[in-house]
Amino acid sequence: MNVLILGATSRIAQSIAAEHAKDGDSVLLAARDREEVKTIASDIQVRHSTRVLVGDFEATDVDSHPGFITDAVEALGSIDTAYVVFGAMGDQEGSQQDFSAARTVLDVNFTGAVSISEALATYMEERGEGAIVGISSVAGDRGRQSNYFYGAAKGGYSLYLQGLRGRLARSGVHVMTAKLGFIDTPMTYGMKTKIPIASPEATAKALKNAATKGKNTLYYPWFWRFVMYLIKAIPERMFKKMKI
Amino acid sequence: MHTPSRQTLEGWGRYPRVDSDVLRAESRRDLVSAVTSNGEHPVLARGLGRAYGDAALLDGGLTLLMERLDRILDFDPETGWLKCESGFSLDDLVRIFLPRGWFPPVVPGTRFVTVGGALASDVHGKNHHISGSWASHVRNVELLKSTGEIVFCDAERNPDLFWATAGGQGLTGIILSMEVRLQRVESGAISMETTRFRDLEEFLDVSAAHVDWPYSVSWIDGLARGKSLGRGSFMAGRHAPAGSKGKAGLLSKLPRALVSGRFLESNLLLNGLSARMFNAVYYRKQFSKRSRSTVSVYPFFFPLDAVDRWNRMYGKRGFFQYQFVVPPDPQHLALKQLLTAISESGTLPFLGVIKEFGTESHPGLSFPRPGVTVALDFANTGQNTLELFTRLDDMVADAGGRVYLSKDARLGVDAFRRMYPEWEEWKRVRDEADPLNMFQSELGRRLGLVGEMPA
Repeated sequence: MNVLILGATSRIAQSIAAEHAKDGDSVLLAARDREEVKTIASDIQVRHSTRVLVGDFEATDVDSHPGFITDAVEALGSIDTAYVVFGAMGDQEGSQQDFSAARTVLDVNFTGAVSISEALATYMEERGEGAIVGISSVAGDRGRQSNYFYGAAKGGYSLYLQGLRGRLARSGVHVMTAKLGFIDTPMTYGMKTKIPIASPEATAKALKNAATKGKNTLYYPWFWRFVMYLIKAIPERMFKKMKI
Repeated sequence: MHTPSRQTLEGWGRYPRVDSDVLRAESRRDLVSAVTSNGEHPVLARGLGRAYGDAALLDGGLTLLMERLDRILDFDPETGWLKCESGFSLDDLVRIFLPRGWFPPVVPGTRFVTVGGALASDVHGKNHHISGSWASHVRNVELLKSTGEIVFCDAERNPDLFWATAGGQGLTGIILSMEVRLQRVESGAISMETTRFRDLEEFLDVSAAHVDWPYSVSWIDGLARGKSLGRGSFMAGRHAPAGSKGKAGLLSKLPRALVSGRFLESNLLLNGLSARMFNAVYYRKQFSKRSRSTVSVYPFFFPLDAVDRWNRMYGKRGFFQYQFVVPPDPQHLALKQLLTAISESGTLPFLGVIKEFGTESHPGLSFPRPGVTVALDFANTGQNTLELFTRLDDMVADAGGRVYLSKDARLGVDAFRRMYPEWEEWKRVRDEADPLNMFQSELGRRLGLVGEMPA
């Protein structure tokens, strides 16, 4: 199988690539940081003796996305599964003070993710097979005052994926929405919380398994489905007064 | 760049504990920016935290965790040269490369160390008499300096900086990557021979009779006195031929989460009485004078790794390991004097290990020197423990020996300078490499290896 990973320099992306490489799949790692992506590629190559390619990818350069997919298909032979992993948490306060910061959060997490997913959809629909795994976030399930730019972008991307899933179902292409909770990344490192934080390695395993099984929406860790169910159930007149 | 998190850190011996701002680096970029944008704070890289004392602790500074810089950069299956980032662990190394017929050139008593930590401690293992220590098998070490500049060093290129970095406890810069040469092995098993010895003289005879075995180490009963002084059990091993199957350790068959020192965390468990019982039983476990077996590399090299967080069994007060080496002496006067002082003190060691080092030694602060090395674990029972060590320090220094800094949490600066006369030359190279005095640690401050940051 040939796998494309977009935003390949995060630890989650690195672990997804390793999970597939373990099975002998070929992977193309695409990211902005060329040096870092080469480091990850050599690591996976030596550990799993499989074909690992690297590519330059810029989420905000949407005009380059259709061409990027054409090049990726040429390099890999085909794209059977694509993971859209990149994202930028941004800084809520900074975004409130300076809209250009907010705009970057929207451009990367929404516009960029939608643009590359759309290019993938075009390719896979025509081919009549494939799977797109979009990494979204539980932050997209309800707008919160503490990070609503990121939440809005992720929530928008979740809705986009939902619609795309319907469109591609008839052509045999699967779309999975992954709503991640707390994963042990720089976003959560050092956070004081009683909520268990999942390792990137376990997250990657869960993503690959769920995608293989054709799951539509994956909450990971699983209990976030219930946490978000409860959070969504709080009446708005109370929710708006909560420091959350 | 993300904001550091305030954490309390401890070494493997759980003494001392200090608060530090901790940042986990995800990429080399994080390290460079931490160093170049951290002008007014000291910095220290930390691997897997297996140094016993305060070598990987920094009070008030910025501690950089290296565990995610664990990528393999290249491997040449013709020659065995492995290039990897410094956070790559020996656990990963053995898991990935042993099935392909390769093994690290040198392993310490735990596989939960990074290659960066192995170089910063210049670790030795059971094959020191044949293979020397870690730095003998390393080249192209990539070092990040406080200026943000990245330099390469090894025995040929920038040798002064290399030998200051090997055993230099992370105080010359941040080790980014290195090449280490793996050794070919025919199987994942070890043919092993165990010989019981009844005293120190017999230990040295047995040791001499086994010099051609690549691996050797002995358990020593640190409580035995008089005629039994220095009794124990000598284990020699070699990689078994292809097709050999070694017995796995008993505990390795259980899920790791169950075999954990956390469940036995107590200040009372490991005391004088249980130390006596343990050592007496261990000595008699070896019924016959000599026995042979084939075991897996895991119980042979890393017996304590079978118990997750075994250091917790000493309780919150923590423990010390006192490891020293004394030069060869046909009369073994210093060795006898030291072992007698220990066994007659009220402070009793739990587990002890003795080994004869080979002739190879490295410049700088690297520990191994020709002679006999002994390592003993002591519960931290307070002032009496520290007083015993102070007396031992004098005996070790008088004999021309030294203690191992990676195990140490309390050696005084005067005793240190007697043991390591190389310190002055080492510090000259370090100060030149780090004129900003950025790289610091509690160990470095305690031993006068680093000064205050210039204002």
